Amino acid sequence: MGNKRLMLGNEAVARGAYEAGATVAVAYPGTPSTEITEFVATYDDIYAQWSPNEKVALEVGIGSSVSGARTMVAMKHVGVNVAADPLFTVAYTGVNGGLVILVADDPGMHSSQNEQDSRYYARSAHIPMLEPSDSHEAKEFVKEAFDMSEKYDTPVFVRLTTRISHSQSIVEIHDRKDVPLKPYHKDFKKNVMMPAMARVRHVVVEKRMHQMAEDANHCAVNTVEMGDTSIGVITSGVPYQYVKEVLPGASVLKLGMVHPLPKQLIEDFAKKVDQLYIVEELEPIFEEQIKSWGIDVLGKEILTVQGEYSANLLEERIAKNSLGLDTPKQLPVRPPVMCPGCPHRGVYYILHKLKKHATGDIGCYTLGALPPLEGIDTCVCMGASVSMLHGIEKARGKEFIKDWVGIIGDSTFVHSGITGLVDIVYNKGISTVIILDNSTTGMTGHQDNPATGRTLKGEATHVLNLVDLAMSIGITNVRVVNPFKPEEVELAVKEETAKEEPSVIIASAPCELLDRKTKRIPYRIDLDTCKNCGMCMRIGCPAISKQDNKMFINDTLCSGCGLCAKICKFGAIVKEAQ
Amino acid sequence: MKTKNILVVGVGGQGTLLTSRILGNLAIHSGYDVKLSEVHGMSQRGGSVVTHIRYGKKVYSPLVEVGKADVILAFEKMEALRWRHYLKKDGIIIVNTQEIDPMPVIIGADKYPDDVIEQLQQNENKVIVADALAEARKIGNFRVVNTVLLGLLAKNMDVDVQTWEEAIKQTVPPKTVEVNIKAFQAGYVLA
Ligand code: SF4
Ligand code: SF4
Repeated sequence: MGNKRLMLGNEAVARGAYEAGATVAVAYPGTPSTEITEFVATYDDIYAQWSPNEKVALEVGIGSSVSGARTMVAMKHVGVNVAADPLFTVAYTGVNGGLVILVADDPGMHSSQNEQDSRYYARSAHIPMLEPSDSHEAKEFVKEAFDMSEKYDTPVFVRLTTRISHSQSIVEIHDRKDVPLKPYHKDFKKNVMMPAMARVRHVVVEKRMHQMAEDANHCAVNTVEMGDTSIGVITSGVPYQYVKEVLPGASVLKLGMVHPLPKQLIEDFAKKVDQLYIVEELEPIFEEQIKSWGIDVLGKEILTVQGEYSANLLEERIAKNSLGLDTPKQLPVRPPVMCPGCPHRGVYYILHKLKKHATGDIGCYTLGALPPLEGIDTCVCMGASVSMLHGIEKARGKEFIKDWVGIIGDSTFVHSGITGLVDIVYNKGISTVIILDNSTTGMTGHQDNPATGRTLKGEATHVLNLVDLAMSIGITNVRVVNPFKPEEVELAVKEETAKEEPSVIIASAPCELLDRKTKRIPYRIDLDTCKNCGMCMRIGCPAISKQDNKMFINDTLCSGCGLCAKICKFGAIVKEAQ
Repeated sequence: MKTKNILVVGVGGQGTLLTSRILGNLAIHSGYDVKLSEVHGMSQRGGSVVTHIRYGKKVYSPLVEVGKADVILAFEKMEALRWRHYLKKDGIIIVNTQEIDPMPVIIGADKYPDDVIEQLQQNENKVIVADALAEARKIGNFRVVNTVLLGLLAKNMDVDVQTWEEAIKQTVPPKTVEVNIKAFQAGYVLA
């Protein structure tokens, strides 16, 4: 084995940054990209941090690059939307120290609100993009991207998808290259993008992309494997693996660089094969360009723009073998739910009881959308709960909005809820926003944020005080409640939504998964006292169910939070005797 | 050797990820190329989860295809049925009898099927049924259900016990090595 290890794609990316001599890494967590930065943080030679959002992360990264350091910025596909403003301009300024932007797309939407294809960003921002097809390549391509970034004076994208980020394959590790900081020279013509300079830079960008497209014809990351010439396939990323699985003998042009495309190489390849296929997940980005060059290909006509591809799909659509596969059984679905003991549950229970509507946001609390809690009406993107709420009020008026609240987590609030709240105060809104403060970024696996008091490297730091913050931007009604005390939450929601002033309720209790060390004493149902009314099931705790027509608490799931005991009117829910 | 395909399925939070990593390390120890695919995030919060493990001389796709799994290791009964169509004709399915009700069942909108094992047995493949939770409780820690199941799996694979125990030691948190080895051995004799 020696220097070979099984690595997650994300871990391999981190290793690549380390081996490439990067010294700064910045990100906001987002599945499936999160672990990249967590692994980077384990290297002492690299300064790594979480930023409040992707725009800030990229701007920090640009600063670091301008001043001479090899820098990596990581985000998920929807994070690029947040970072898009600096992104389009950093393509103009170029870099000093290499700047590599990692973006993880999520075909199939395993944990995302849309399936957007980041290759469009590469094209529209004029930034080259590499795409590896397994963990080892992920590491090597990151190194290549740093070299390219400095050689061509451009930021470089590396694109992953969930199947690369969250697959493990064997990686051969190498030593770190020591890359000294590049000297900093003040150069306002390159780094101050006011119109006169930007016009000049736009010409530079066009020239550079032209040059890169030329060089892509000979670039080592684009590989041709000639075999049987009756079928030729142009592909990249994980779909390459499906192609190899299903068509081991076919000729394959594997694009390691997915933007810009190597026109000459593609034309030559096309001439050598009888039938050319394009196998790319999500959008027909290769296909449209290649068709525009007058090359005859089959792509989305027989494949799909939705979801992930698979070897089976290619077997049926390209090899034309009907597989006659069993279809999956129709079974009760098992959607993810909030954990037993989750602090958010108590708030949703009360909102449901009071028949309040809620604008929702991105985080664990999104899981409260389904029955029985049915806690949110909307979920669009980070921060939208706060701003949409204000929009609803302005459209429908003060009485209408008294039946509504906005729900947002602590990390998400800092990410992009703050500006929405400023907007509410500024434009004389009266909305009530509930910040579900669980002292972490729960959904992505418990990352720290400015409100937790710890940095990514685990150091203690200043704690953003949400109460002071809300007051300082002009909210006069700020109260903190304990989500495990239903009466307290109920009173606060009733009183604050009735006011014709903006309010913030902070429901504060740590995420259940943060502290697994303390011994939990589960609750159980005393069947003699239980009236079988089913009230306890309305909180949607997965540990409580009905078995043989009797209420039952599953002791392997129960965290002992005690919320159900407070909901039961008859005192039938009691602590397991220890 | 033909590439071996294993699917580990269960409910988020049951420890399927750790189990798959043990299998990954086992394959590396045995000198194979190996790929593992899992999905993080949403799916871990009590949702249906699946990890694909493929090993052999050279592995391309990180995903097991429908109808191609040699083994399905199911941590939860109904999940065995949900993923059963991945199993090849003469494959083995190992199923833990533990039942975890999904939310639609809890709220009464759907019903947990009561003939899961019978349905599994309708096909020609081999079905191994075990109450791994009861075994884990006997050992004194209900969280080691996963290594009990691995013991069962080990009995049905041609890798020696020592290599298995090495892979377990290498993967689980140091504090839990002892109880996990115990659970593994309990599972092994159960088979
Ligand atoms: S991870 Fe934490 S915040 Fe998320 S659902 Fe579980 S307990 Fe709640
Ligand atoms: S105490 Fe009640 S609400 Fe809390 S986790 Fe246990 S069963 Fe669920």
